[in-house]
Amino acid sequence: MMSPARRLRPLFTLYLPVLPFVLFALFPLYFMLVTSLKKNAELYDVNSVPFLIKRGVTLGHYQLLSQDTLFWSWFVNSLIVSVAATVISVVIGILAAYPLARLRFPGGDSFGVAIFITYLVPPSLLFLPLSTVVNRLGLSDSLWALVVTYPTFLVPFCTWLLLGYFRTVPREIEECAMLDGCNRLQTLVRILLPVAVPGVICAALFAFTLSWNEFLYALVFVSPAELKTMTVGVFSELIRGDIYYWGGLMAGACIGSLPIVVAYVFFLDYYVSGLTAGAVK
Amino acid sequence: MADEDVARLAARGDAETARLSDFLVRDTPVAYAFIAPAFFLLLFLVAYPFVLSLWFSLSDARVGETGNFIGLDNFARLLRSGIFLQTLQNSIVFTAAALTLKTVLGMALALLLFRLVRFKRLIRGAILLPFIVPTALSTLVWWWMFEPLYSVVNWTLKNLHLVNHDIPWLPDPYLAMFTVVLVNTWRGLPFFAITLLAGLVAIPRELYEAAESDGAGPVGRFWHVTVPLLKPVLAVVFLFSAIFTLADFNIVYVLTKGGPMNMTHLFATYSFALGLQSGQIGQGAAVSLFLFPILLAVVFVQLRLVRKSTDL
Repeated sequence: MMSPARRLRPLFTLYLPVLPFVLFALFPLYFMLVTSLKKNAELYDVNSVPFLIKRGVTLGHYQLLSQDTLFWSWFVNSLIVSVAATVISVVIGILAAYPLARLRFPGGDSFGVAIFITYLVPPSLLFLPLSTVVNRLGLSDSLWALVVTYPTFLVPFCTWLLLGYFRTVPREIEECAMLDGCNRLQTLVRILLPVAVPGVICAALFAFTLSWNEFLYALVFVSPAELKTMTVGVFSELIRGDIYYWGGLMAGACIGSLPIVVAYVFFLDYYVSGLTAGAVK
Repeated sequence: MADEDVARLAARGDAETARLSDFLVRDTPVAYAFIAPAFFLLLFLVAYPFVLSLWFSLSDARVGETGNFIGLDNFARLLRSGIFLQTLQNSIVFTAAALTLKTVLGMALALLLFRLVRFKRLIRGAILLPFIVPTALSTLVWWWMFEPLYSVVNWTLKNLHLVNHDIPWLPDPYLAMFTVVLVNTWRGLPFFAITLLAGLVAIPRELYEAAESDGAGPVGRFWHVTVPLLKPVLAVVFLFSAIFTLADFNIVYVLTKGGPMNMTHLFATYSFALGLQSGQIGQGAAVSLFLFPILLAVVFVQLRLVRKSTDL
């Protein structure tokens, strides 16, 4: 039987110290939501309490966003680009990870190292020459520019993640299938992939999240307002000169984060395992 | 006689199995076919742009012009330019400060999360959130929180009577650097905490019990068990984050655009300003290439770490 003092101890040594971290993490997101629902009169009143909404909730900022801006076009653009880039990258990643995990072939090790190096290349190193390449391919100012360039950072990530995952799957079943006359592609699709579904989901979730959140390439490669993605559109079209539509900006930030937060709530464990896969394995 | 036959048959069986599994892992044409899409993608959209970037950095290329070879002029000019030297200094300060904060706070947070029993999932989920939401959008709310007139931070400080005037967070060069470091820490801390937590979970409990029976207190156990065993994970997380902190673009671009007075420019934002906004692609490429030696060093160390851990 624990004494009440001992039972209370974790409250002070554990939950109390965790609290500032949780507040630090969540407060900006809370403040984003509160600002987006607050009427302008209260928003720009220096004497009102900024944390709360006391003079009524409004959906005005969301209306402004829907009616006066191309917000939903940006949303759809982000969706198209993210889905396309994710599908392409996961397929290419699965194909590349399979031989790296299962086969021995000349150049295999070097290719693995090359994948690893590209995995670590930040987009800000290559955006200038890439914009020239995109130009020469005739893709600038179209969503294709993003569908084609996002796989440059998604494929190394997916390959690396799936490579680690495939290696944890025992190879015996595949060998049996091959002795029964399956070819490599059949073995990969029918035997390995069904077992590796969690790894594939994880790769797809991260690829989608990284595409949805991407900012630099979208800013550089696509300039027409109606073709912008979510992140760039909200940032560049809602600030006109020195006038800031803070309510609208925060409404845009809320809806722009929503798909990722929803996916996150449903697939939390996949996010955690994907995040730690690179570092711990 | 019979035994020998059995032994011989068995030996042949072993050899055949060995040959068979050797055959099963050797299929070069298929390997190349599977790798081809990734290979060509990396060749045309990573390796080629990289070579192009090297060429740009050695030329006087401008937007729409290929430019002429000018040797190392771009680099020489950069090293004489006050703005670039400021950028270099900013990058070092920004990366060192953000990495220190993320490592120390990340370690502390991981140790706390590790001991959680109740609301474990909920708290971990909340902690990870800043890492998942789009940085360009979440940085907007930080901008709003530090807005000169309506800053919620200033409002709170004033109402707690800690200050009696508005603090100019973003217009002041030093405070602006503080702010971008803070936002970078906010976004990157979950990555450190959650990954280090995974490392903590992997440490066998027996080691702690052994250390405890040898008379080690909590501090002793931390330094003699946790830290040595967490070192590989810590190194990987640290190096990974070092690259992406140094190469940060979104936070600085959204919050300060490199200002005030270039005091928060990093390689990425300065390269963007030179290469795209003033059209000097050669100079811009030269700036971004300063990221490359650091990238190489990190790759080198990480590959050694990865190899070491797979050998063991």
